[in-house]
Amino acid sequence: MPVAYLKETPSQTAGPYVHIGTLPAVAGLPVRSQENLSVLASGSVPGERIRITGVVWDGAGHPVKDALLELWQADAAGRHDNPDFPGFGRAAADFATGAFSFETVKPGALPWRDGRTQAPHVCLLIFARGINIHLHTRMYFSDEAEANAADPMLKSIEHAGRRTTLVGERGTEDGVVTYRFDIHLQGENETVFFDV
Amino acid sequence: MAETGDFNRRDRKSHPPAFTPGYKTSVLRAPRCALVSVEQGVGEKAGPIFVPRGGLDPLDNDLIRNFSQGGEAIGERIVVHGRVLDEYARPVPNTLIEVWQANAGGRYRHKNDSYLAPLDPNFGGTGRCLTNAEGRYFFRTIRPGPYPWRNDGSDWRPAHIHFSIFGEAFVQRLISQLYFEGDPLIPLCPIVNTIPDPAAVDRLVARLDMGQQMPFDALAYRFDIVLRGRRQTFFENKREGN
Ligand SMILES: [Fe+3]
Repeated sequence: MPVAYLKETPSQTAGPYVHIGTLPAVAGLPVRSQENLSVLASGSVPGERIRITGVVWDGAGHPVKDALLELWQADAAGRHDNPDFPGFGRAAADFATGAFSFETVKPGALPWRDGRTQAPHVCLLIFARGINIHLHTRMYFSDEAEANAADPMLKSIEHAGRRTTLVGERGTEDGVVTYRFDIHLQGENETVFFDV
Repeated sequence: MAETGDFNRRDRKSHPPAFTPGYKTSVLRAPRCALVSVEQGVGEKAGPIFVPRGGLDPLDNDLIRNFSQGGEAIGERIVVHGRVLDEYARPVPNTLIEVWQANAGGRYRHKNDSYLAPLDPNFGGTGRCLTNAEGRYFFRTIRPGPYPWRNDGSDWRPAHIHFSIFGEAFVQRLISQLYFEGDPLIPLCPIVNTIPDPAAVDRLVARLDMGQQMPFDALAYRFDIVLRGRRQTFFENKREGN
């Protein structure tokens, strides 16, 4: 008999009321202290201020209006141990339009496991009704073409044409630098989701 | 020094697949391409830390009182407790657990829930706690009611508490639901039945724990949570390629 280990607790969908537990104000509950909100950067945190916006689309082209997104990223110097910038945030899709947005700083490049460099990116998890186990993806930055071309994770996507599904498009909106990142759960432009 | 090894790959046989037509909403929300398997980067092997940001509110893990308007929540009073371990049975300390649930009548305090059961003015339906150094956690609440939903006509959810847990790394992130021992609605539920392995379903069932009751206050249920385990590194891997 091989050595036996415990088994990971199985996942279940976060359901349509995920906001009650994760972003109570969105559900209509009173605000508590220390919520994990969609504004990651405030005050004097160094780095370029950016807004990441998008919509999660289902296979019929409808916005997923009950989606919850979680973002995890390094700071502008490519570090995950900055006490002034925890690097974690949550955003709910708008109940009417499905749009989500994060206010943060653009992360720096960070090392890959073998010493190579990873292009700047943010990790994203998607939870929603009908998603049985959360989806894990990454958003890279359209103005980092050279770094993206050398990124070990992007390069490990066999179908090169699908790599573009992970690149947020830089623009501006009311004077704020934005990156547009739509997530397609199915269809021609299905976003690459990772098993990490 | 902190462990820097990789986390075990997720055993997808323990989890529901994305496409589960018995649960209709999954049909248009399931990716059709295979997940792309990748190695874990430094970011995926790290995760948000909640402890240094200060303690939580003292009532955060008492759902009977944390949204009180002067009274206590109505329903069967219960304590849910257990341990958070990794696949190697090592405790996971200082990790954030968040829970949310319907009230005793099966109604959620959420803008979008229009079920006819009444709201309970003293019940918000959410709480949080951090595991202690041994990975233990507990919260007090009321047992949620079953509720109907539109899937295959009027299906009924078994009583359940949604939970969210972080672990020490982003790859350990998990959201799921706990059920209650003996509930006859469990095997009828299309969402439970997205999990193909009955032994895996059984790991989502909290057990009645008379030994940990709060006498003359609350019954207890025991529910342990297992997160992906981190391997030890025996040898440094040699740099590949270049
Ligand atoms: Fe529910």
